[in-house]
Amino acid sequence: MKGALSFLTPRSTIALLVCCVALLIAPFIVDRYTLSIILLALLGTYLGQAWNILMGYCGLLSLGHALYLGLGAYASAILFVNYGVGPWLSVFVAMALAVGAAALLGWLGFRFRIEGVYFSLLTIAFAEIVRIGFDNWPFVGGAAGFFLPVNASLSHQWWNLRGGPLFFYYLALLMAAVSLVIAAVLRSSKLGYAFLAIREDPQAARALGVDINRTRFLALFISAAMTAVGGVYLAFWTNNLFPAQILETSKSIEIILAPIIGGLGTLMGPFVGAFLLVPLGSALTDGLRAIGLSAPGVKALVYGLILMAIIAATPNGIWPWLARKLGLEAREP
Amino acid sequence: MSFSLYVEVLIQGVLSGLVYGLMALGLSVIFGVVRVVNFAHGEFAVLAMYCAFVLFGLGGVDPIIASIPLAIAFFILGYAMQRGMVQPFVTRPQHEQFILLVGVALVITNGLLLVFGPESKHVDLPYSFDSYTVAGVLIDKVRVYGAAAALAVTAALFAFFRFTATGTAIRASADNLTGAAVVGLDVKRLYAISFGLGLACVGAAGSIMMALTDMTPMLAPSLTLLAFTIVIVGGLGSMTGALAGGLLIGVAEAVASLVVSPAIKSMVSFGLLVLVLALRPQGLFGKAES
Repeated sequence: MKGALSFLTPRSTIALLVCCVALLIAPFIVDRYTLSIILLALLGTYLGQAWNILMGYCGLLSLGHALYLGLGAYASAILFVNYGVGPWLSVFVAMALAVGAAALLGWLGFRFRIEGVYFSLLTIAFAEIVRIGFDNWPFVGGAAGFFLPVNASLSHQWWNLRGGPLFFYYLALLMAAVSLVIAAVLRSSKLGYAFLAIREDPQAARALGVDINRTRFLALFISAAMTAVGGVYLAFWTNNLFPAQILETSKSIEIILAPIIGGLGTLMGPFVGAFLLVPLGSALTDGLRAIGLSAPGVKALVYGLILMAIIAATPNGIWPWLARKLGLEAREP
Repeated sequence: MSFSLYVEVLIQGVLSGLVYGLMALGLSVIFGVVRVVNFAHGEFAVLAMYCAFVLFGLGGVDPIIASIPLAIAFFILGYAMQRGMVQPFVTRPQHEQFILLVGVALVITNGLLLVFGPESKHVDLPYSFDSYTVAGVLIDKVRVYGAAAALAVTAALFAFFRFTATGTAIRASADNLTGAAVVGLDVKRLYAISFGLGLACVGAAGSIMMALTDMTPMLAPSLTLLAFTIVIVGGLGSMTGALAGGLLIGVAEAVASLVVSPAIKSMVSFGLLVLVLALRPQGLFGKAES
């Protein structure tokens, strides 16, 4: 654990604590709408961290993380509605399912040395096969979706992940915090260094005795399992699931934008990226409506332009640049 | 189900496959030379479809004929895009290229959504419902014309790469970038031409597709995925592979929608993709990377 904290300088420790306190007391300061934006950003942070472990640390570009999100969400929702199994139990089923899917993907991908862009396209193909399957599978509701009961009598069973906005806010905060800790611990562990070694140079890593396939599998499993937990949260928070939303490639893209824009392979990148992009999205919606430009498409169009501008201007993401500006250059290897 | 129905579906698959193949060829040319994966490929196809739609609406231009001017227009667009936007990203990591092109895709899709709305559009050609009857088998006239046009554009592209000095130079820089630079080829210009040619393919293919199907801006991501599937099956960077992949996917989807259900058809092509990746990762016609 001590090694995991080695990235913190005194200055960045203070910054991190200020962020934590601000997020803890936010519900008592900001209104419901702002709080929901922060919640989305926290969820984006969590999912971004999960994806970042695979791509940022181990160098495997997955463009199909919606698969694990969707599997986790559907598994827990179906177990809850059809079999009365609560989320605290089904979350393990969700993780197991995601790891199973990841194992299949990894088996195909790593065994046959599918690398680079081919691996990325394989991840899309996997996610798309499952999405189309779910779209046409009556048991999971098909394209019409799967719904969790929104029932007042259930609304305080926190142990079944039924609760108010505050409950879900703090849960998201907890998940984001835990994901940061997991990433930090991984980073300073032997496994984490093996990830980085493979990312930088697989051949050299192999020469040093790193089992490439095994290490890649582990990165994939950790990432998939964490994403599936995010899916469970999403299912119980939104109460409705559609393959066209949660399993769609656009969902996968949404997941990966925050860590890339924030700073790939950095601990704070997913956090910074999510807290930039999510408010940006809602500010665009509000701003455009205020000046009377609420036509469908305007928001995504401007969002696309901003993405292009950011990636052209800051090749390594916002965080490395921001950290330099703020004097928070942690000991990020 | 009669035998002739199967033959009909098979022929329909081949004819659509040729148009798919042309679209995928664009992706393959861009990746093969510039080494950038055009994640906005389907979006450009849909952009071409809307251009064809507008040309038809304004001047009654048959989309299949419009494929020629649109190919030229998209060549210029691609050339300018590579020069002005993509070139600095050529040496940058793949995920950054990805974000750039996701941005481009968002701008195209939502720009179209803004201008034309979400309703699906189609063009009524005088011969839309005509068909040939060959030995009791019905073949849609419009598909025959579309496939012929696609084949013509493809042949022109092959001839360009085979017989012109610029085409040879592009192939040389795809094979050996350092070598090409050493002998004094203007690689940036060749990249811009290649990106332009890639978009010319998708411009022509999109225009032809307008004659064959209905279209909405929402169609774009599935077209991108279709193009990916085709080039991976055929072999990313291989021109012959893109064509063969287009035919294979076209036939597979047509047969799947007849035998199983239309909803399942893209699942079949993704299944095919996984199979090819498992057995022959470099694709049917791709060269193994050393």
